[in-house]
Amino acid sequence: MEEIKDVVLNYVIEEYLEEDDEEITYDTPLISGGIVDSFSMVSLKRFLENKYSISIPDEKATPEAFDSVNKIVTLVREFAG
Amino acid sequence: MSNIGAYNERIREFDWSIAEKELDYSEGNILNIGWYCSDRICLQGKGDRVALFWEGFGGNEKQFTFNDIRVASNTIGAFLRNLGIKEGDRVCLFMDRIPELYLSFLGVLKIGAIVQPLFSAFGDESLHVRLENAQTRAIITQRKHLSKVRKILDLLPWLEHIIVVDYDNRKPLQKNEVAFSLEDAEPVDQCEIFPTKSESPSVLHYTSGTTGQPKGVKHVHYSLISQYLTTKWVLDLMEDDIYWCTADPGWVTGTSYGIIGPWSMGITQAVLDTGFSAEAWYRFIEKYNISVWYSAPTAIRSLMKAGDDLVKRFDLSSLRHLASVGEPLNAEAVLWSEKVFNIPFLDSYWQTETGSIMITNFPGMKIKPGSMGKVFPGITGTVVDPKTFEPFTEPGKVGLIAFKPGWPAMMRTYWNNDEMFRKKFKKGWYLPGDRASLDSDGYFWFIGRDDDVINTGGHLVSPFEVESALLEHEAVSESAVVAKPDNVNMEVVKAFVTLKPGYEPNNELELKIMNFIRKKLSPLAMPQEIEYMETLPKTRSGKIMRRILHAKEWGEEIGDTSTLEEDE
Repeated sequence: MEEIKDVVLNYVIEEYLEEDDEEITYDTPLISGGIVDSFSMVSLKRFLENKYSISIPDEKATPEAFDSVNKIVTLVREFAG
Repeated sequence: MSNIGAYNERIREFDWSIAEKELDYSEGNILNIGWYCSDRICLQGKGDRVALFWEGFGGNEKQFTFNDIRVASNTIGAFLRNLGIKEGDRVCLFMDRIPELYLSFLGVLKIGAIVQPLFSAFGDESLHVRLENAQTRAIITQRKHLSKVRKILDLLPWLEHIIVVDYDNRKPLQKNEVAFSLEDAEPVDQCEIFPTKSESPSVLHYTSGTTGQPKGVKHVHYSLISQYLTTKWVLDLMEDDIYWCTADPGWVTGTSYGIIGPWSMGITQAVLDTGFSAEAWYRFIEKYNISVWYSAPTAIRSLMKAGDDLVKRFDLSSLRHLASVGEPLNAEAVLWSEKVFNIPFLDSYWQTETGSIMITNFPGMKIKPGSMGKVFPGITGTVVDPKTFEPFTEPGKVGLIAFKPGWPAMMRTYWNNDEMFRKKFKKGWYLPGDRASLDSDGYFWFIGRDDDVINTGGHLVSPFEVESALLEHEAVSESAVVAKPDNVNMEVVKAFVTLKPGYEPNNELELKIMNFIRKKLSPLAMPQEIEYMETLPKTRSGKIMRRILHAKEWGEEIGDTSTLEEDE
C-alpha cells in the first residue's frame, strides 16, 4: 500500500497545491485544511476510481473520508477489495 | 421579542428613514461604510468590544476589537494612499478568509476607493476577465495566490500594484509586487476618511449571466441603509450576540452580511477560515458560543448528511436564530434543523444585484417550510406574467419574481454595461431572473432560474464561460454546458462535448478536462460530469440547443424541436 500512498500524495501535490513550495504529508488535512474543497473532491474521487478501477459510492465520499492521504488510502483499500 | 416585532405593523409604518435615523444619517451627509463599521462604533463607546474572532488552519486564532479594526483599516487605507490609490480606483481583494480580507475591505472604502472582492479559488482566467473589465489598479493577495496573478499580469496594463500581505522574504518579489504586513506596519490611529456620499460607488461584485462575460455589479455607500436594517430585522442581531456568517466575502453575502451588516451594528462576529467539515463547524459553534448563524442550503444538507448523532456530541445551546441564503431551502432541511437544533433555519432570498435581503421568513412569523417567505418591509415584490410582465391577479401562478426599484442597496448599474442593466427592467419592474409563485398569504415559493445560469451550492456559474473555456482545451471541438440535479448542491455543472479528430473519449481525458476547467475558472465551474457526444443538438442556424440537453438531465419534456438541425 506504500505505493498508493505516494501516488495519491503526488497527485494532490501536482493538482491541488497552489503554492509550489507548500509541503504536505500523509496526514495533512486536505479538506478541513482547505487544500481540496468539496467541489474539487469530485475530481480527486474520479482520479482514484480511474486509477484503481474502483467505484466509490457517493455516501462514502465524505469530506471526512477524503481528509488526508492516509484516510484516502483506507477508502481505496476498502473498495479495491 | 425579536427586533422586527409585528411584521404587519412594520409593513404599514415602514420608511427607510428608520434606518437613516438609527445611523444618524441625513440626506447630503458624508456616508462612508468603512467609517460606519469601525470609527462610529468606537465613538459609541464600544471600541473594546470584540469585532472579530478568527480561526484558521491548524487552530490558529486571532481576535480584534472594534478599535483594532478601526486602526487596522486606517493603516491599510494609509498604505494604499501612499501607493497613489485614490477615490474611485478599483482595489481587488483576492484572499482566503484571513483577517486582512475583512480589514482591507474597510480600509479601501475609507479612502474612497471601490472594493472588488473576488473568490480566492478563482483560476487565472476567471481572475483575468474580472480584473480586465474593472480596470483594477491594485490587488491585495496572499503568496499562495501570487502565481495566478503573475500569469495574467502582462495582460492587465492597469494593474499597477500587487500587495502581498504574508510575504516571508523567501523568494524575491516580482514586477509590481509590494509587501505589506499588518503586524509590522506602523499603526495609523487617525486616517482622513474620504467624504463619500450616498451615491459614491463602494463595492463591485461580479456575477455570472447566461451569455457574455461576468458582469460587475456596482453598489454605492447608501446600500448600508438596507444592509443595516435587514441585518437587524431579519438576522435579528442583538447586543450580546456572537454571529457567524459562513459565506466567503468573495461573494455578496460575505460582504453585505459578513462585514457591513454586523459591524455597522457593532456586533461581534466569528469567522472560520478552514475547509468544510461538519465536526469542525459544530466545534466552532460550541467554542465561540455562536448565537446567530447565517448559512447556506448546501452546507445545511452536508450537515444533514453527516448525521444526527454528530450534533449530539456538541453543546450547541448558544444558538438562538438560524437563517439561510443562496438557493431554495428545501422543507426537509427546515424540519431537520428544527429537530436537531430545536430551531428552524429560516430561508431568505436576494441576489448580488439586490444587495440586501428582499424576501424572507422573519423571526416570529409563521413558517411554511419550503417557502422563501414574505417581502421585507419597504420592498414591493410580486410575481409577474413572463409574457406581459403584469402582476398575476390570482395566487399560485408561476411567473417571474419582480421588484419595484428604489430600495437603498439596489445595484446602480453593471460596470461599463448600462445596456445590460436596462435589460433587467420590464414595465417598471426589476426582474432578478427567477421563477416563483405567490400564495394567497403573500408567501413566495421558488421554482427555478428563468435562464440557463447554474446555481451550484448557492453560487451562480455561467454556462457560456465554461463552454468557452472548454473550447480552449486541445481535445474539445464543441461544448454545451447545463445544470445537472444534485442532492447536496442543488445543481452541478455538466458538460457535453464533441472531440477533435485523434482524441479518444475515455475516463482519463474526462478527468484531464475537469481539472483544466477547475484550474482555469474555479472548482465551482468544473464539470462534475462530462458526456461525450458524436454531435451536439443545434438549430438550423447552428446554435447549440442547451435546452434539449437540460431537459434530458432533468427528465423533462424536450418540447418543440422543429428547428433542430439534427438530433442525437
